[in-house]
Amino acid sequence: MSGPIIQVKGLNKFFGANQVLRDIDLEVARQEVVVVIGPSGSGKSTMLRCLNLLEKPDSGEVRIEGKSLLDPATKITEMRAEAGMVFQRFNLFPHMSVLENITLAPIRVRGWPAEKAKAKATELLRKVGLSEKAAARPDSLSGGQAQRVAIARALAMEPKIMLFDEPTSALDPEMVGEVLNVMKELASEGMTMVVVTHEMGFAREVGDRVLFMEQGRIVETGTPQELFEAPRQERTRAFLSKVL
Amino acid sequence: MGDFRFDIIGDYFPLFMKGMGYTIGISIVSILLGAILGLAIGFGKMSPRWYLSWPVSGYINFFRGTPLILQILIMHFMIVPLFLDKTNAIAAAIAALSLNSAAYTGEIYRAGIQSIDPGQREAAYSLGMTRFQAMRHVILPQAVKRMIPAFGNEFIVLVKDSSLISVIAVPEIMYWANAAKGQYLRVWEPYLTAAVIYFVLTYLLNKLLQYVERKV
Repeated sequence: MSGPIIQVKGLNKFFGANQVLRDIDLEVARQEVVVVIGPSGSGKSTMLRCLNLLEKPDSGEVRIEGKSLLDPATKITEMRAEAGMVFQRFNLFPHMSVLENITLAPIRVRGWPAEKAKAKATELLRKVGLSEKAAARPDSLSGGQAQRVAIARALAMEPKIMLFDEPTSALDPEMVGEVLNVMKELASEGMTMVVVTHEMGFAREVGDRVLFMEQGRIVETGTPQELFEAPRQERTRAFLSKVL
Repeated sequence: MGDFRFDIIGDYFPLFMKGMGYTIGISIVSILLGAILGLAIGFGKMSPRWYLSWPVSGYINFFRGTPLILQILIMHFMIVPLFLDKTNAIAAAIAALSLNSAAYTGEIYRAGIQSIDPGQREAAYSLGMTRFQAMRHVILPQAVKRMIPAFGNEFIVLVKDSSLISVIAVPEIMYWANAAKGQYLRVWEPYLTAAVIYFVLTYLLNKLLQYVERKV
């Protein structure tokens, strides 16, 4: 199937009387890496969370592979299973081992036999460089390790897209690199990714397209080169001058 | 006090032991029924649907806002006779204690579940889990751990409160203490004996709960 894998049209979201997303239009192509930047409170996390319905849009349209998320006939759990999400604060399940964190959803949601889920988890732990941590408890991991496990957990469902919500914002500086490296590898393998981040270096290096958001709107979008070297909007320039 | 009559305790000892059996049995059945019903109360209270949460709030307010002894009497003289030909003290006692306990355990469930970081539920949902799966595999295993101390406390309270069912003549510990008092017209021996038995029961229960807490 061709055409964009993610289509957002006229998306609006309110928290009470406060409008946090205004008329968002967005298309993401297969294998594209879209990086979303912007000041805090600009609505970038909320937009990301609308893509797997952790937040329910108030109006507009969100389609994944042409299927509307807001159509009452759509099974939302099935749609979420196709969209892996990585959170700022990892959200690993503290009562389970690293391995169990990764195998839980493939077994319970996909209905895989335990052996298959375990093999997949072992493979993913090797990929994120944490093979020796399979039996460890999440609270014994460093932040960087925990986030790599969280990425492996999301990948275990073999999702079609990956959503990253400020994946390095809660990490000590020396651990940011190990997480970004895993994300880079994922991008190079052709994973479709939407990444909300403050890591401008990552945006520049890995992003196919960068989106600048402010006050609930997409102000400007372009290739990293266009956006960072020659921003067209005054507000984009003002933001970049503060963070670069 | 100088003429403490151990012979009264000796005479009544078998009855106190039988009474202890009733206290233990009724307490266990009531805490279990209360825990099951409390689950429904807890989830009902958390429901976003008003037609579930309002009646449940009313239920909790009634059972927490009226004296347990009154609830026992109402159950015994008014409610149970509606269902059985003649009232049954043990059934009324278990019904009153477990309904009362459910109001409190419901709040324990609710507090335990709501104490879990919302990020846990979001992570479960993002992996495609249903509400039930997220509750069963992610939220409850963590919440139950936090509920255990409060649950143990509720169990100990229930054991002591079960003494109130002596007013409807359930032959438990307090009932026999009152019977001995009536027969011998003495208070020290029967009441001290009852106190010692309750103390030993709750002390052992407390130890057991500490052990469970460490294990989990």
